[in-house]
Amino acid sequence: MTTDHASAAPPDSSGGAAPRHDSGKTGKKSAKKSGRDFSARELKQAERRSRWYRWDLKYSPYAFVSPFFIFFAAIGLFPLLYTGWAAMHQVSLTDPNQMEWVGFENFSRLWDDEFFWNALRNTFTIGIISTVPQLAMALGLAHILNYKMRGSMFFRVALLTPYATSIAAATLVFAMLYGRDYGMINWALGVVNIDPVNWEAGTWSSQFAVSSIVIWRWTGYNTLIYLAAMQAVPNDLYESASLDGASRWQQFRHITIPALRPTIIFTVVVSTIGATQLFGEPLLLAGSENGGAQSQYQTLGLYMYETGWFNLHLGRAAAIAWAMFVLLIIIGLIYWLLTRLVGKSNGEEA
Amino acid sequence: MRDRARTIHRPSRRTTRVLAFGVAATLASGLLAGCGSDDDEGGDGGDVELTIGVFGQFGFEEAGLYEEYMELNPHVTITQDSISENADYIQQLRTRLAQNSGLMDVQAIEVGNIAEMTGDLNGRWVDFTEYEDVDTGHFLPWKLDQATTEDGRIIGLGTDIGPTGICYRKDLFEEAGLPSDREEVSALFTDWNAYLEVGEQFAANTPGDADYVDSAGGVFNAVVSAYEERYYNSAGEISYQDSEGVQTAWDLSVQAAEAGLSDAQQQFSDEWKSALANGAFATIASCPAWMLGNIRAEGGEAGVGLWDVAQSPTPSNWGGSFVGVPEAGSNKEEAVKLAAWLTAPEQQAKLFAERGSFPSSAAAHELPEVTEATDDYLTDVPIGQIFTAAAADIPTQVIGPRDQVIQENITNGLVALEQQGLSSEEAWDSVVSQLDNALAE
Repeated sequence: MTTDHASAAPPDSSGGAAPRHDSGKTGKKSAKKSGRDFSARELKQAERRSRWYRWDLKYSPYAFVSPFFIFFAAIGLFPLLYTGWAAMHQVSLTDPNQMEWVGFENFSRLWDDEFFWNALRNTFTIGIISTVPQLAMALGLAHILNYKMRGSMFFRVALLTPYATSIAAATLVFAMLYGRDYGMINWALGVVNIDPVNWEAGTWSSQFAVSSIVIWRWTGYNTLIYLAAMQAVPNDLYESASLDGASRWQQFRHITIPALRPTIIFTVVVSTIGATQLFGEPLLLAGSENGGAQSQYQTLGLYMYETGWFNLHLGRAAAIAWAMFVLLIIIGLIYWLLTRLVGKSNGEEA
Repeated sequence: MRDRARTIHRPSRRTTRVLAFGVAATLASGLLAGCGSDDDEGGDGGDVELTIGVFGQFGFEEAGLYEEYMELNPHVTITQDSISENADYIQQLRTRLAQNSGLMDVQAIEVGNIAEMTGDLNGRWVDFTEYEDVDTGHFLPWKLDQATTEDGRIIGLGTDIGPTGICYRKDLFEEAGLPSDREEVSALFTDWNAYLEVGEQFAANTPGDADYVDSAGGVFNAVVSAYEERYYNSAGEISYQDSEGVQTAWDLSVQAAEAGLSDAQQQFSDEWKSALANGAFATIASCPAWMLGNIRAEGGEAGVGLWDVAQSPTPSNWGGSFVGVPEAGSNKEEAVKLAAWLTAPEQQAKLFAERGSFPSSAAAHELPEVTEATDDYLTDVPIGQIFTAAAADIPTQVIGPRDQVIQENITNGLVALEQQGLSSEEAWDSVVSQLDNALAE
């Protein structure tokens, strides 16, 4: 993703095992130097032991890292490949073992699937209206929190609390706030004589409602990431800038933002992935997999769920899952290209 | 020094390595074990452990039926596994049936899923006709039909049913100058057109801002359920687009929505619950016995004695369940005995008295627990008699495996009409395109 050399710690190729390897050899030598006679059996034993040492040194690091890879293979890679395999079949959830080969039909039919495009469009618009304000607000909040102020720790913790709540709990509360007849937001609108809004039924209003949950939940998290990055910006830059008469806004624009660029790209990438996979909030807003009576806020994740688990077409759902996967890879490549371009235009080594 | 340091180091490193291998191996074997099947042996005549899988507040345990059975049969121990939503329960059941492992000895099946089970999956279930001790004669015939396969195997025994009436708010009817007495209200509802005409009178005369009915979808459900063929024809083909029942029900629901009689809720949503508690609508068009539980739960203290149940012009069935015994079980004999006992008339009557689940056994309708039952929340409404009368008029419906999906999408179309301002044609077109997509293989 980011090609920031300062932040990437290059892995030490031969690792920490090398010194121990030496110590093993020295040990063997010193044992020989002691001048004792060895019987053939003892020699054999020593030989075997040293072989064990060698193997230990050579292979045990792999054993130590293997749990991750075993787990990744079992619950990451295998499902991914199996989903791809299932996407080539017609499979019903009522009998998942009965698979009928259909080739790429499940993929090609997505082209003509109005509900797929609707879900893709919704995912995109919800992604934009949740990510852009979220990151902008996070940047502003981080800038404010970066000043010396009383109780800064309190505000930092307070900002992170939404992130610590469960999606389900937060969404249920928001769904009540956005209620048509008994919601608090419509009540507040009524106080200032604005007609109540049927939040869930409208396309924009429902997407706004879903986005607001995402914004509420993730702004604090991004704020803290920005704040950490801001604190790494050398203070001298601000000092000299203020000596040169730069206003705070100018300092923010010309020092903070450029210094934060790798961090901003990181948060944009993470938020985009999150937005593409958005599922819990739209599912729980009205508690149905349709994403509204007209699928007005059905996201790709929700459409996949509906197709697989309510309409029982596992093969088609698998194809949607793979389409999402490919989409994420394309987005990742675009970001990667962008970071390279941005890096080059600034004369940095990309 | 060096050697000593090594001798101290070696064992600890080996221990770590062994530990790491151990942990990895345990975790890996745990993963593999998840795929294996567990066959615990049931002894003949010895102690038997029976497991039963249910969803929601099924009521067996709550009504103390397991305890009673275990007292009667000391060699049996019953363990229940309950999942709160049927949507989650049925997914698990489907997967386990497909793998033929991990199944309980007795499994509950909701009526919305029974056609799926009597269809492709029927071989996974025990046929109750093969067991002589099991009396299936006491069930309502249509209930038994629902669990019977094409070749006459009976794979489920009925627990409860949902015969419907029309629930209405007595106080709101009075305020609107309408009769509030059960008999008089029932007499007004000669057919569904008459029901809507009463609604227009209500809307014209009610002093408050309560609507007549909770949702157009509720009207649809009430009307369509009276038809024998709804979404499938008798040949078992999907035919909702040509179905007389669906067309009539759709037109009446649209009429109710366009006349402003509906509160435009989505049934069972949070808003609907608040509306129910706040008296925002005066009737529930399709009101089965179990709906009284929702009325009680949402209405709270303030709602005591406000509701009553009138006779529906076309009583029908909404909801209800079965219990079945999977073939994969290791204690099929004992499981069949338990399933038969749990659904016997006496136990069904007890379940009604304790939990309000209306019996699917015609014999149970004769028992005093049912005939004399009144509801203390609705206050003195003879629900036993009302719903027994309704149960007698329930038609034998053709039910299909995808009924739920079809009905849900039609209801969504009515929500789009009510809440998003679609015309009747637009809403119907949207239903058809949604369903074409949902039903295409």
